[in-house]
Amino acid sequence: MEDLSLHILDVAENGITAGASLVRITVEEDTQQDRLSITVEDNGRGMAPDFLAKALDPFVTTRTTRKVGMGLSLLQQTAAEADGDLKVESSPGRGTTVRATMRHSHIDRKPLGDMAVTMITLIEGNPDVDFTYLHRKDGNEFSLDTRDLREELEEVPLNNPAVIEFIRKSVASGLKEINAG
Amino acid sequence: MAKISIQDLKKIKEEQKARMVLREGAQRAKITVHMGTCGIAAGARDIMVLFRDIIGERGLDDIILTNSGCAGLCAQEPMITVEVAGQSPIKYVKLDSAKARRIFDEHVMAGNPVEDFALARGSETTAQ
Repeated sequence: MEDLSLHILDVAENGITAGASLVRITVEEDTQQDRLSITVEDNGRGMAPDFLAKALDPFVTTRTTRKVGMGLSLLQQTAAEADGDLKVESSPGRGTTVRATMRHSHIDRKPLGDMAVTMITLIEGNPDVDFTYLHRKDGNEFSLDTRDLREELEEVPLNNPAVIEFIRKSVASGLKEINAG
Repeated sequence: MAKISIQDLKKIKEEQKARMVLREGAQRAKITVHMGTCGIAAGARDIMVLFRDIIGERGLDDIILTNSGCAGLCAQEPMITVEVAGQSPIKYVKLDSAKARRIFDEHVMAGNPVEDFALARGSETTAQ
């Protein structure tokens, strides 16, 4: 994966494959503490403790189309390369939380990438799933909740092209704003 | 705190509601971009951006763009499946933006599958 936004897309897609109706994505950047953390929390079917213990092994997957699962182990590697780690919590029937932390200024930390495109890819590709996105940077924050948008849009679907473009622009300008401080 | 502008969203809702009344007809095609770990690492998100941009530029409202997971052919990613109304679905493999553009024009818009980029063509041959 070239950047963190692609990892986030990948982990969020895992949650959707696990039957989630809500995926919550949080990115926290704290340059004082020199930490960057990514949390992806889903309410999908979750993993039993014995499977969870093996979840970071690339040769373990729930998928039936191939026998190798790469997503979480790739993110673990990305985190480890930037002096961080990956934690996965899960319980059957309640969902899974994946949290990756990294040293913000680490020379090998992957760039965040385009979170606006990651969000619209998730929303457009999975119009029946709700997403929240909270991005904090040094005390500023941007948030998005598709449940609020859905309520506002009434019968207009979230994956309507004009709505998708609106979301892309809103996320891009929101992130720019919090980056400017 | 940066937030989404509800005023702008309301405006979009009104415009799109008006268009939806006109749109009642059938869909022309559905494009599914395979978005497993393998697909994402190989550039599937960029392929989805490309289709989204073409659909937006041309103002098309009868094409569904969606995504799916890994299809088990990771070495062939990025992959898409194109389903044109009334035709069999076709899987395309090892895509880049030039191939995706051609598939959009020739298959999605004109209804002619692009055999060169399809997963397979032809039938099995049996030994005599």
